[in-house]
Amino acid sequence: MEGLIAAIIGLLTACGIYLVLRARTFPVVMGLTLLSYAVNLFLFVMGRLNIGVPAIIEPDRAQYADPLPQALVLTAIVIGFGMTAFVVVLALRARADLGNDHVDGKDP
Amino acid sequence: MSTLPAHAVIAPVLIPLLTGILLVLLRGSATPLRRTISMLGVQALLGASFWLLLQVQSGEVLVYQLGNWPAPFGIVLVADRLAAGMVMLTAVLALFAMMHAIQGSDRRGRQYHALFQFQLLGLNGAFLTGDLFNLFVFFEILLIASYGLLLHGVGAARSRAGLHYVIINLVGSSLFLFAVGTLYGLLGTLNMADLSVRVAALGTADVGLVRAAALLLFLVFALKAALAPLHLWLPGAYSAAGPASAAIFAIMTKVGAYAILRIETLIFGTESGPLEGLIEPWLLVLGLVTIALGTIGVLASRRLAVLISHLVVISAGTILTAFGIGGSAALSAGLYYTFQSTLVAAALFMLTENVARTRGSYADELRAGPMLPAANVLGGLFLVLALAVAGLPPLSGFVGKVLILESSLGTVSAPWVISIVLITSLFTVMALARAGSTLFFKTDTHAGEATLPNAAYLVPVSALALISLLFVIYAQPIYSFAAAATEQILQPEAYIETVLSAKPLPRAGDH
Repeated sequence: MEGLIAAIIGLLTACGIYLVLRARTFPVVMGLTLLSYAVNLFLFVMGRLNIGVPAIIEPDRAQYADPLPQALVLTAIVIGFGMTAFVVVLALRARADLGNDHVDGKDP
Repeated sequence: MSTLPAHAVIAPVLIPLLTGILLVLLRGSATPLRRTISMLGVQALLGASFWLLLQVQSGEVLVYQLGNWPAPFGIVLVADRLAAGMVMLTAVLALFAMMHAIQGSDRRGRQYHALFQFQLLGLNGAFLTGDLFNLFVFFEILLIASYGLLLHGVGAARSRAGLHYVIINLVGSSLFLFAVGTLYGLLGTLNMADLSVRVAALGTADVGLVRAAALLLFLVFALKAALAPLHLWLPGAYSAAGPASAAIFAIMTKVGAYAILRIETLIFGTESGPLEGLIEPWLLVLGLVTIALGTIGVLASRRLAVLISHLVVISAGTILTAFGIGGSAALSAGLYYTFQSTLVAAALFMLTENVARTRGSYADELRAGPMLPAANVLGGLFLVLALAVAGLPPLSGFVGKVLILESSLGTVSAPWVISIVLITSLFTVMALARAGSTLFFKTDTHAGEATLPNAAYLVPVSALALISLLFVIYAQPIYSFAAAATEQILQPEAYIETVLSAKPLPRAGDH
């Protein structure tokens, strides 16, 4: 399970980096989204992988899932979502202002 | 009322937050009302920052537990001399930037004042927080406000620069989260004081991973601080932003430098065993490279705003070089330089707008333009600020650079530091002299009429130039404050002890 998750995070990050380095704004936005997915998964599994254990203290339980990464990842998702929305709007506006969707504002 | 002083730590965060919310609610109201509220907010912030500074002056570390949860479980705000000093610097800068903005540049968009207040919220939060993840959150607040300020007003150049700036910072934020996640996974805490304790007690098995996370964190802060080779976003972004926004951006690179200094001394300080001094060797080399690359940029600039943006890169390089030399003398010198260079760079951005207004369609391009009716006033201010930024006597940049060079004496790096700083200063002086003579002496008779600048526009710039002079006259007390702040961060035991042993406040009903 750990190996699978690690491979998925690695793959997402690699695709994200590849897309961020593209020349058009749409792939770059997709790349940023994939990077934020990767980082959210990464933060989440930093509390270790547990199945079927609660994150809230109960008297008859011995094992708990770490609640902190879950809180962190919620914050990161919200911030990442807001930032993605912003960058989409900005990319649209740059497309309107500059007349093309190249990140440098002019077609090579 | 007795608990009121305990809230001094959170006041610099709350005041801009509440002012900003009020300004968003009043977004349809008349401009003078919004300007008044925003200005009052900044003045209240100035008062609160000064109050905080007075409280930490004695060397006490103030801890504020959000929601009354004790560290390391809850998030804490911590004010020591360094943090309070940076908050004070932000407030002073904000006052003059706001004075400049209300002269007309805030009219280009409707949300300028709200964004400005949220920018201050992010800055102050980043300086005061004692928690790594909270630092990320405040970074995002100041970044999203800065995106808005950068794009304030319209224009193709601004959209292009904005796109680059936003994308590189989003990538930076992802790296920040990777670093934070790794540190949490290995050490089980994100409170900076607690991290310091756990890093010191780290087993050998995890040293490599913690080192990787720490360098990733350093990479992110270096991006914010505009350390070479991650400085390339800065000139485009700052020169495309309106000068009133660029003036407040002058402190954003200092947030990166502050975070580097905080992490370096608190978490990877002298007690941290195998990870001690992880960052210093990188800082020194990269700082010097930044200074050199910034100087090339200054020489190659064709617009005044671009030139000044490269001067901001040089000042970031100089500060990080000082931090890289290490030791209390160099860190104190670096802090003194940080305080004065931020204000001088902001003043130069404001002056750029005044010059550009006067020259009409020639704006701030460095080519012969119309004869300026007030060339002696504008040119005189430019001369004073250029002397201050290049580090020539008798202004504050000179004192700052002398202190840094002096602190490098006796270290292995001294020949490099002294030669690079002095040679680049010479080139900076040449570039500034060339820019000044082009703007104020060379005139083109076909260029049309220049408009007379309004004397009131020059008040914030002149006030900042005066402050630069005060930094020389009161160099001793300011330097002693920097030295006291350095002494405090170089001995983080008191900080760690205070944060981890602070008790929650008793509830109103408890006895």
